[in-house]
Amino acid sequence: MSAAANLIELAAGRAAGPDGYVRLDVGPEAWTGLAEGCAAGLQDLSALWADGERMRMALSTANRRAIVSLETQAGVYPSVSVYHPPAMRLERAMRDLYGVQPLGLPDPRPWLDHGRWLGRASEARYGFLPSEGEGLHQIAVGPIHAGIIEPGHFRFTANGETVVRLEQRLGYAHKGVERLLVGADIARGARIVGRISGDSTVAYAWAFARAVEAALGWTPPPRAVLLRAVMAELERLAHHISDVGAICNDASVLTIHARCALQREDVLAVADACFGHRLMMDRIVPGGVAVDLSSDGIGQVRGLLGRLEATRAEIQRVYDSLPSLQDRTVTTGVVSPELARQYAAGGFVGRASGRAFDARKAFPYAPYGELAFDLRTRTAGDVDARLLVRMDEIVDSLGIVHRLLDRLAPGPIANAPPPLAAGEGAALVEAFRGDVFLSVRIGEDGRLARVHARDASWFQWPLLEAAVEGNIVADFPLCNKSFNCSYSGHDL
Amino acid sequence: MRSFLLDALLKGKATIAPPAPGTAALEEIARSLGERARRRLGRSLSIREVDAGSCNGCELEANALNNPVYDIERFGLKFVASPRHADVLLVTGPVTWNMREALLRAYVATPDPKWVVALGDCAADCGVFAGSPAVVGPLSGILPVDLHIRGCPPPPLDIVKGLLALIETRA
Repeated sequence: MSAAANLIELAAGRAAGPDGYVRLDVGPEAWTGLAEGCAAGLQDLSALWADGERMRMALSTANRRAIVSLETQAGVYPSVSVYHPPAMRLERAMRDLYGVQPLGLPDPRPWLDHGRWLGRASEARYGFLPSEGEGLHQIAVGPIHAGIIEPGHFRFTANGETVVRLEQRLGYAHKGVERLLVGADIARGARIVGRISGDSTVAYAWAFARAVEAALGWTPPPRAVLLRAVMAELERLAHHISDVGAICNDASVLTIHARCALQREDVLAVADACFGHRLMMDRIVPGGVAVDLSSDGIGQVRGLLGRLEATRAEIQRVYDSLPSLQDRTVTTGVVSPELARQYAAGGFVGRASGRAFDARKAFPYAPYGELAFDLRTRTAGDVDARLLVRMDEIVDSLGIVHRLLDRLAPGPIANAPPPLAAGEGAALVEAFRGDVFLSVRIGEDGRLARVHARDASWFQWPLLEAAVEGNIVADFPLCNKSFNCSYSGHDL
Repeated sequence: MRSFLLDALLKGKATIAPPAPGTAALEEIARSLGERARRRLGRSLSIREVDAGSCNGCELEANALNNPVYDIERFGLKFVASPRHADVLLVTGPVTWNMREALLRAYVATPDPKWVVALGDCAADCGVFAGSPAVVGPLSGILPVDLHIRGCPPPPLDIVKGLLALIETRA
């Protein structure tokens, strides 16, 4: 057995590509060594995917990023999750989609493949993990949930009111996104990627644009870069304020929910007026942005920022004044700092459990490198901490948008594409719920040969299972809402 | 808390005036609804939303219908938790193979008379996901669809217009 390998040592002296990633080909020994290094905390596992005959891992430390590739032996390769459990669902998913075989995979059950796809053998009944003990009962929920929510199955095992195990079964929203992207031209690719998780459409479109631009040596004009960030922050603001309300709603404080829902509606109406789409879908495109912001629009966004600031302050004041609300959120659904680190949990889930990571700060992409803002972390790791991190981040986003608008100078909003060529690029973008990793490989014909997208939810869903343990069943909605993981983004 | 509530009272109503039912939706509904069914339906509808593999964009806009701006319950339209309480299945997404059975079961569990509304471009023609082997195909190939509300995603006002058409055809 190999010893834990350190990415920094392995990548020493190697230059990073224009996308900031060092690219390394490794053998099976270094591959498993790096997996052990992830388990030992030497580096974070950021993504794992199959690309033709090769398996790839995106790894990162505090200041280095690398994509390592391993030639498989007819699809067989040493499993990463043997050493590092956070890779488990990724490996199961890649096996289901591409037939690659992780040797020694500890959990051999299918993940995205439910035995329903045409031309695939129908799987035997999915075996949920056993929970044995006196007085235990199971509660099966989904795939269709009670509210207007995405599909997924939750299997609770409870002792009275206390949850002793939650097991998730996901994949219901799997629509073959990666398959559709193979052979697509770049414009179509942007439209598909913008619909991997609709709530993060701006972040996905931005990640795709940056990855394609890095692959082709394409540069967006400065005005487009600023407008991209304006849209990304508006998307973040809309979700942060609306999720704070939704969490309070699950603790029966409907007034806060109504107020937050109104404020979200305000953001979407302004986005519609300024960018021509409430969710700003298809507005970020490789090479720039598809729509400019008028001087009237700048005024509208500034007006919105003022209203958001007032709402946020009011909600914070009311939240602080309601002990019965905090009684539901404090010490509920705790994620330990150790788990957050092990799973490299992105977004407010990680930051509320002490993981000081935000893609905008860790690996600053334009225009964030030149914008000072705080990295908000807390250590309690409960529903309250996740909510408060988001309340703090609203303040930061408001400041960021003001400064972006200050910098906005007249100019073009898109640059023409360079000649079609083969290339590779990757990007990490901070969506509202955490970092989205996107890798693009373009073929000689200028079409997409392989696109892989890794939503922050991949590493957050498993932590929700851990967070719920020991809580009462009635607090599950609160825990779940405080994570707000994406089903579609995960199911691909 | 008191000032928070007072503030809400003094600010006046956030709810917008009701829109006219969508004309295209009215025509489609008039074709699909029998007179007798319309009479039984009355002026209220219970809606069960089913995400059959959407990107969640349609869910965001369907959720917005409950906010104070659109306040859809004032029209007698109400989202319910179980298909057994529903008159309408509001279906989003391109219908993935992995969601097909759950969707069919929800349809069977919905008591007659019932209506199926396809919400968004994906439910109409699979949208950008058309041609994927993981997708069954447009909703109309799986369930009898009474109304299509197009858009990617359809803005809340378009959804309201479509649903209003569904209850207005009675007049």
